[in-house]
Amino acid sequence: MADPSRPPPVPGPGAGFAFMGLGALLLAAGSYLGLFVAPRESYMGDVYRIMYAHVPTAWNTMLAFTFAFGAALAFLLTANFKWDARHEAAVEVGVVMAGLLCLQGSIWARPTWGVWWDWDPRLTTTAVMFFAFVGILALRRFVEDPARRATWSAVATIIAYADVPIVYYSVRWWNSLHQMQSSPETVSAVFVIPLRTNAFGVLFFMTGLITLRTRIASLRLRQEMAPPLPEPAPVLASGGAR
Amino acid sequence: MTQLLAALRKEWLLQSRAFAPLLAVLVFGATALLLFSFAVGPNYELLRGNAPGFLWLALLLSSTLTLAESFQAEMEHRALEGQLLLPASPTAVYYAKALANWAQLAVLGIAMVPLMVALYDVTMPRPFALLGVIALGAAGLSAPGTLYAAMTQQARSRQTLLPLLLFPLVVPVLIAAVKATSLLMLGDPMGQVWSWTLLLVAFDAIHWSLCGLLFGRVVED
Repeated sequence: MADPSRPPPVPGPGAGFAFMGLGALLLAAGSYLGLFVAPRESYMGDVYRIMYAHVPTAWNTMLAFTFAFGAALAFLLTANFKWDARHEAAVEVGVVMAGLLCLQGSIWARPTWGVWWDWDPRLTTTAVMFFAFVGILALRRFVEDPARRATWSAVATIIAYADVPIVYYSVRWWNSLHQMQSSPETVSAVFVIPLRTNAFGVLFFMTGLITLRTRIASLRLRQEMAPPLPEPAPVLASGGAR
Repeated sequence: MTQLLAALRKEWLLQSRAFAPLLAVLVFGATALLLFSFAVGPNYELLRGNAPGFLWLALLLSSTLTLAESFQAEMEHRALEGQLLLPASPTAVYYAKALANWAQLAVLGIAMVPLMVALYDVTMPRPFALLGVIALGAAGLSAPGTLYAAMTQQARSRQTLLPLLLFPLVVPVLIAAVKATSLLMLGDPMGQVWSWTLLLVAFDAIHWSLCGLLFGRVVED
């Protein structure tokens, strides 16, 4: 069992804000290039430009959940609560990113496919992943004991993460429409540069968010694990015995 | 192995002395099957087409009741802690509980089939293959379900938490079981039922081994 007497160190907020600032700069540059410099796409027109936000979000969502899986594994192996704080941060940021991903996908699907939602493997897997990790956040909220909370949510994350490929393949066999992945070789450089700039922008911004959220989780863990205050000295009742 | 047999015997004693909960869950499943038909209307063609989905949804909803109750006896008087102090291996405790849950869910699924035949007017060209699919699907629900039941039993809001954790996870079981069942009931001209059964087997293999491996971490204190 995890040792509850070892609270995690609290990282300072500087690195988180620095990462977020760098991410915001890259996102501004990449979005400018994507919206005003990159040409219209011949089939989809301007609608395709959401790709510059959508594809980087998709990559980084997977990265956030992979980091959460790694942190969960590291917690189970080391029982070090700094990994629990990182795990909590990565799951929460990953859930927000997966929610954004579904939203962007819907906005793109409506003018392109004519529907808000499609039962395609990647879309459906993202939605399933979103709900699976929301369940883990709920589990964390409903367990007060820090050691139990950390162990149980780590176990749940490992199982949910191992489930992702099975969900993907089951939905793929079930139904398919989403366009196949593009590789940089099939995409012209004028489209690739804003895409890569935004991918790094989202990566840095997300890293900043995870760092800051880790700080909040660590602070809360320290508070929860602090030894109880000593009993106050008994106060003599006024009046006294007769 | 001896520990697993002892734990299985305990499960058998627990189940054989209390039939009422299983009966209550069966009535719940039957009510769900009845309600689904009201959602579609008295159109036999529609009902027949949707019957496999309704069967598995009814079983999935009923499974949360069975699973949520499964650790009730263990938590009273801290019996689970007592077992682990014997010391019983957590792996044996897990597999015995998962097998007991699997047997209950399989019985529940099989018991719902005649009702489905009566309500939805479905035909049953391959009844034994259907039994196999129900057994595999029930195994897919019981392995992660037992692990999550052990966790949520000790948490607040356990009635909400168990389905919240379990439902997204068992999407592949639901898809594969519904597809395989509908191919068995409505005809399988392309011979696809095996690939769906294989998906169920793969899910079962991964989750029965992974959950057994992780159960020890969930109950250690």
